[in-house]
Amino acid sequence: MLESIERAFAGAVPAGVACSLRVERTIEERFTVRRNAAEPQRRRLNTGAMVTVEHNEGLGYSATTDLSAAGLRRAVDDAKDWAEVSSGRMVAGLGANGFTSARGRYETQENKGWNDIPPTEKLRLLGELSRRLKAGDRIVDWGAGLHHTNTESLLLTTAGGRIHQETKVLVPTLFVVASAGGQTQRRSFGDSRIGQGGFDLMETMGLLDAPERLSREALLLVEAPECPDANMDLVVGPDQMVLQIHESIGHPLELDRILGDERNYAGTSFVTPDMFGSYRYGSELLNVTFDPAHPDEAASYAFDDEGTPAHKAYLIRNGILERPLGGASSQRRANLPGVANARACEWNRPPMDRMANLNIEPGASTFEQLIVQVERGVFVETNFAWSIDDSRNKFQFGCEWGQLIEDGRLTKVVRNPNYRGISAGFWRSLKGVGGPDTYAVGGATMCGKGEPNQAIRVGHATPACLFGAVEVFGGGQ
Amino acid sequence: MNFRDHFAQTAATVETLTRNGETSLTNYYGERSDFLRFNKSAVRQPGSVTDIDVTVDLIAGKRRTSTSVRLTGTKDEDATRLHHAVAGARTALDGAPDDPHLAFSREPRSSEHVAQAAMPSKAQAVDAIMRTGKGRDMVGIYAAGRVAYGFANNLGQRNWHESDSFNLDWCFYYAADKAVKANYAGVDWNDRELDRIAGDAAKTLPLLSRPVKTIPPGGYRAYLAPSALHEIWSWLGWGAFGIANHRTRATPFLRAIDGTGELDRHVTVKENTAEGLAPGFQADGFVKPPCVNLLSGGAYADCLISPRSAVEYGVKTNGANEGELPQSIDMAGGTLARDRVLKELGTGVYISNLWYMNYSDRNNGRVTGLTRFASMWVENGEIVAPLGVMRLDDSIYRFFGSELEGLTAERDFIIDPASYGRRSVDSMRLPGALVGDFRFTL
Repeated sequence: MLESIERAFAGAVPAGVACSLRVERTIEERFTVRRNAAEPQRRRLNTGAMVTVEHNEGLGYSATTDLSAAGLRRAVDDAKDWAEVSSGRMVAGLGANGFTSARGRYETQENKGWNDIPPTEKLRLLGELSRRLKAGDRIVDWGAGLHHTNTESLLLTTAGGRIHQETKVLVPTLFVVASAGGQTQRRSFGDSRIGQGGFDLMETMGLLDAPERLSREALLLVEAPECPDANMDLVVGPDQMVLQIHESIGHPLELDRILGDERNYAGTSFVTPDMFGSYRYGSELLNVTFDPAHPDEAASYAFDDEGTPAHKAYLIRNGILERPLGGASSQRRANLPGVANARACEWNRPPMDRMANLNIEPGASTFEQLIVQVERGVFVETNFAWSIDDSRNKFQFGCEWGQLIEDGRLTKVVRNPNYRGISAGFWRSLKGVGGPDTYAVGGATMCGKGEPNQAIRVGHATPACLFGAVEVFGGGQ
Repeated sequence: MNFRDHFAQTAATVETLTRNGETSLTNYYGERSDFLRFNKSAVRQPGSVTDIDVTVDLIAGKRRTSTSVRLTGTKDEDATRLHHAVAGARTALDGAPDDPHLAFSREPRSSEHVAQAAMPSKAQAVDAIMRTGKGRDMVGIYAAGRVAYGFANNLGQRNWHESDSFNLDWCFYYAADKAVKANYAGVDWNDRELDRIAGDAAKTLPLLSRPVKTIPPGGYRAYLAPSALHEIWSWLGWGAFGIANHRTRATPFLRAIDGTGELDRHVTVKENTAEGLAPGFQADGFVKPPCVNLLSGGAYADCLISPRSAVEYGVKTNGANEGELPQSIDMAGGTLARDRVLKELGTGVYISNLWYMNYSDRNNGRVTGLTRFASMWVENGEIVAPLGVMRLDDSIYRFFGSELEGLTAERDFIIDPASYGRRSVDSMRLPGALVGDFRFTL
């Protein structure tokens, strides 16, 4: 199919018009078992293309499902019409930058191929996991699922660019809900479990061993006391660190936010262009990288959707802010360095600055060495609720699981553990970074942003971290 | 592209491919949209999207599979794609287990809703935004065009819902995070109406130039404008009213159901499909009732019940979508006149917009979120200063219960500007709410 589209595109662009074509073919499959009943298998084939034209210092795009020669010609004409009416009216720095001439290829490496496992085996496995979750009458809801996405994309440009990439992403889910009296508590494998690879990710993520533990913990939470309201130390497990990084480092560092594009919807940023190179974002223990080459992470790739080659870069080094999350277009607009992070969620939305893989580099402490430092605190795990202001400063997170830390030891379980703070100061209270034994690869499956709206997958790999003097609180009326 | 003809052709093709002993359900989505994104009163990303997304569910006995495919509008290519989709679904059926919650409409009820209108051209749209943003810092999105939903089965049922609309959603910024939010949405574009809305919004800008008022955490009198309530109901609607939420005791209205928490008797909320913009049918072919009472006189009333949940829990479906989410929330108004809101508020917080709602304690209906845009500090019935961003942490049993002092008589019809995957057809009709004590924590 891609070869015929390549020929059609070559014939669809009028001479002298700068143009790109981004074709995507996605196959999504979902298997779900809820309350021991298999739901209908869902398969989604999604093929389409976006044509982008730069003409007379204007810019326009047109997205279509019709990939015939005639369909692509119509899309080119449509995009060119937009470029003409926007000529001279574009945001400064856009409309006359040309398109990439890069050529290359990327493909996810699978150890055990998704398609090598028959659907009946996938359902059998989910059925077994589901049955293991139902541990008594107090378990009122439970389920297991697999969501696999295979995306093949081809970026062609009139500058000679040709980039062919294929990614395979797996999202396993597992949840259990326990209820007694007026208290309902959920324990899950976490919405942050997402990775790039084959069916073997199920094993490396630990899904197969999780059901009994999750049920036991949900039942414990129903009977547990509320998390105390206090200012104390906080140890954050990697599956909650994912959200902490995402909301209070990732989003504020997006360069298009800093440039104001998102102010009507996803918000602005407390970070300003003058901060790069000198601002102390966190303690000296904080090292944050953009790493598109991490083999297991959800948003690994060789080129972003504008065709910029992707390489690892430090955004924050030893606590000092170095560079934003900005793709080539935003870098030109802001005159700042950036990374290759211009991404679109699918063929019918244009690229913009996204997180891709945004990670905290591991330190040297074991989990026990983090805990033993704490005289009075709480350990939290698995995000349940998240909220942050439109400048990405005042945040609040709630977790499924909490456990008190007293005199350097994990003690009793507490429910509804929440904490709140302000990004600008919170990361400076980082006083312990876990080593490789606490490190986990995860991400966010539905990062929302942009107008028109886009939800995209991002990766976050992180160790557990220790923060000092955090405002922690529990539930109640 | 004539979506209606293409839907008819698609439905006929799928019907031809359906064998004896099989049932097919075809869900059709067509969209032709113009999107014009702008920042600082200049064009950021302008473009168009033409999309046709068709889902075919194939059912044999108690087994069911679902296959979605993008179509092109080209007859031969689409016939080939549908042939492959149905053949693939049939192969998947072979290995599928019985579905104990299988449910689909067996009594054909066809319907049709068509609301066509002329939309602005590309040039008109760009001109309107340039004119409105001139001399101002304007940022936002213009979306316009046609969306079409269709349902067909091989029992002869055909449902069609097609509408043209525009939604211009923007902010005028004063500086930093201080802005006025505005929206012009509808079906008949009128430059003078846009100018009127923009002019009204611009009148608030001078108030934002005053020094920001920072208040310490605590309880304050508050007025929540309809757009602030929109944020609250957008969040609560997600998991509050489905029967699955009710039966698994996951709804934030749990205490109202158990009788340990009370809402004010003036709180009445319904899913008003008849006066909303969403299609009146759902993906399994069931037709929705005009209205479902969700909260009635402060009491939790009926649930939204999808066909699958109806089988699972042994009750009758009311045509809810699979996720059992409301799409056309309608909250009853009260007696408070809008032009008396500031006087009745006295001294406190005028909340124009809220942002990023979530739970602090779902069992107790305790939610959190933040003030946004032109939220103001008010003293003695007069706006004094823009409010520094504050985080709320309060319970539905307080701000919709013991602390609710009044709801405005006037209500706003708010058309959702969201466009995740598709342009939203959700809407809400909401009053404003005066609250005696509203808790902020940060």
